[in-house]
Amino acid sequence: MIADQQETIRTADVPEVKAEPVRHPGNWIGAVVVLVLGAMFVHTLVVNPNFHWKVVGGYFLSGEILGGLLRTLELTALAMVIGICLGTVLAVMRASDNLIMSAAAALYVWFFRGTPLLVQLIFWFNISSLYPRLSLGVPFGPIVVSGSSNVLISAFTAALLGLGLNQAAYTAEIVRAGILSVPVGQLDAAASLGMSNLMTMRRVVLPQAMRVIIPPLGNETIGMLKTTSIVSVLAMPELLYSAQLVYARTYQTMPLLIVASLWYLLVTTVLTSVQLRIERHFARGAGSGPVGTLHEFARRAFAHHARFRTPAPAGAAITGGR
Amino acid sequence: MIPTSDRPMVEADRVWKSFGKTQVLRGISMQVEAGEVVCLLGPSGSGKTTFLRCINHLEKISAGRLLVDGELVGYREHGGKLVERNAREIASQRAEMAMVFQQYNLFPHRTVLENVIEAPVRVKKEPRSEATERGMSMLARVGLADKSSSYPGQLSGGQQQRVAIARALNMRPKLMLFDEPTSALDPELVGEVLDVMRSLAEEGMTMLVVTHEIGFAREAADRVVLMDGGIVLESGPPQQVFLDPQHDRTKAFLSKVL
Ligand SMILES: Nc1ncnc2c1ncn2[C@@H]1O[C@H](COP(=O)(O)OP(=O)(O)OP(=O)(O)O)[C@@H](O)[C@H]1O
Ligand SMILES: [Mg+2]
Repeated sequence: MIADQQETIRTADVPEVKAEPVRHPGNWIGAVVVLVLGAMFVHTLVVNPNFHWKVVGGYFLSGEILGGLLRTLELTALAMVIGICLGTVLAVMRASDNLIMSAAAALYVWFFRGTPLLVQLIFWFNISSLYPRLSLGVPFGPIVVSGSSNVLISAFTAALLGLGLNQAAYTAEIVRAGILSVPVGQLDAAASLGMSNLMTMRRVVLPQAMRVIIPPLGNETIGMLKTTSIVSVLAMPELLYSAQLVYARTYQTMPLLIVASLWYLLVTTVLTSVQLRIERHFARGAGSGPVGTLHEFARRAFAHHARFRTPAPAGAAITGGR
Repeated sequence: MIPTSDRPMVEADRVWKSFGKTQVLRGISMQVEAGEVVCLLGPSGSGKTTFLRCINHLEKISAGRLLVDGELVGYREHGGKLVERNAREIASQRAEMAMVFQQYNLFPHRTVLENVIEAPVRVKKEPRSEATERGMSMLARVGLADKSSSYPGQLSGGQQQRVAIARALNMRPKLMLFDEPTSALDPELVGEVLDVMRSLAEEGMTMLVVTHEIGFAREAADRVVLMDGGIVLESGPPQQVFLDPQHDRTKAFLSKVL
């Protein structure tokens, strides 16, 4: 409908807007300063021999580093999966009207947010000093299976438990904020259509909460990528620790830290683009156009700057006023 | 939607509802016959919304009896005692009646058509093709067939409310509850929603409508019920209540809205 109107306006003989844009000398000065500083930085990277770019290149794809990278990715992915699954369960428990459930969830979040991650990791690693044997069975009753803690909880398991359970506490708060962001009218509508609580959660509340959940969760994932380096205390050769093992031998500290950092940056870049993609998916239906993207925010905030204008996104029917 | 029995569709017998210490409903008794259109009027805070929500069991009543199509809402009678129904039974009771809200409450992350078929497919387990076919005809009925793939945020308020009505209709309800369906709309959009409701009324849909649209009540309602302070002040055919109100408080209210 609106597209039609625009069509008629364009075909009619209406004078085009050809105004002189307002000048912004401040922007120009700022841009020049930034460019000069940037050039100086790149220059020193190239001419300073202490960076040892040859060494960096030599180790970038070495087996030791790649093995560490793999371990880091594995830990990040699994810890986030545990964190998100358990965190969502905790958030739903927290929102439940069952007092025991919501208190248990609150207690969990309090404990795991309130103690240092490092302590939690060491705790899981040394669980055998508290419980030499772990067993599964009827509460206060007979035992079905049982095993030595040292065997059951390897360094990797301890690292996963530490990172995942800790992450669940933070994720629970993020998911809770997301759930609270959904208007209660949505719950009324779902209930009046005969939807069950679970169905309402899955089909109505969580998909809308995602818009609020995804950005901080992306942040948490990128944070986790680097937090995994803390498991070096359990002598786990993840990316950073692998680099450290190399320079402990070769004394090429800086180049190897650069190798590790480049990998962290690369993975962060990939994760960021995945996050943007997911955000765009869950933004569907929000507002009348592509609201919720930074791009659109900039377009509106700087609408008076002619050069911030961006091409109309495909499929946005109601953008108007351009 | 032609009435098949002569028991009332809604039967409220001295319904009380309190939130903590505030008594919002203080013994509401009224009936809505099958095929009847009843408009519920009254000043703000008189308990109209609360009463509608009780009919749908979105709120639990504190005392009295509330039946829809001869069944207690949210409870069953068992050896002279009331037993709460489980969530499943309550959901299926709700699926038999539909509610249209002041704020539309469409699902913003789903297209218009997805909104309309969501409950028939998920709740009533209808085949998607069947629900879609009927959903499209419901959308056509409210004049929005061409908007089926839009998102609610891309529609005007009047269009959203008509989608909400189509969503309600696609459940094939035996009773429709409207809570001030036009109060959030710009004046020029009120008419398109009332037109749809009027045509539903003509087709014999059983409707209980909370509204401030006196014109609609006068034309479309079989009966109007006036509430104030959680009780029914007066009820009767629109002509009688509007032209010859018996109660002083009715007169006072009508003098403000007429
Ligand atoms: N959940 C609640 N908790 C406490 N009090 C409530 C609750 N819901 C409604 N009330 C109170 O009940 C009274 C009646 O509210 P209700 O919404 O039913 O009135 P209404 O007739 O629909 O008014 P309006 O015309 O403004 O919509 C009000 O005083 C309100 O404050
Ligand atoms: Mg109300």
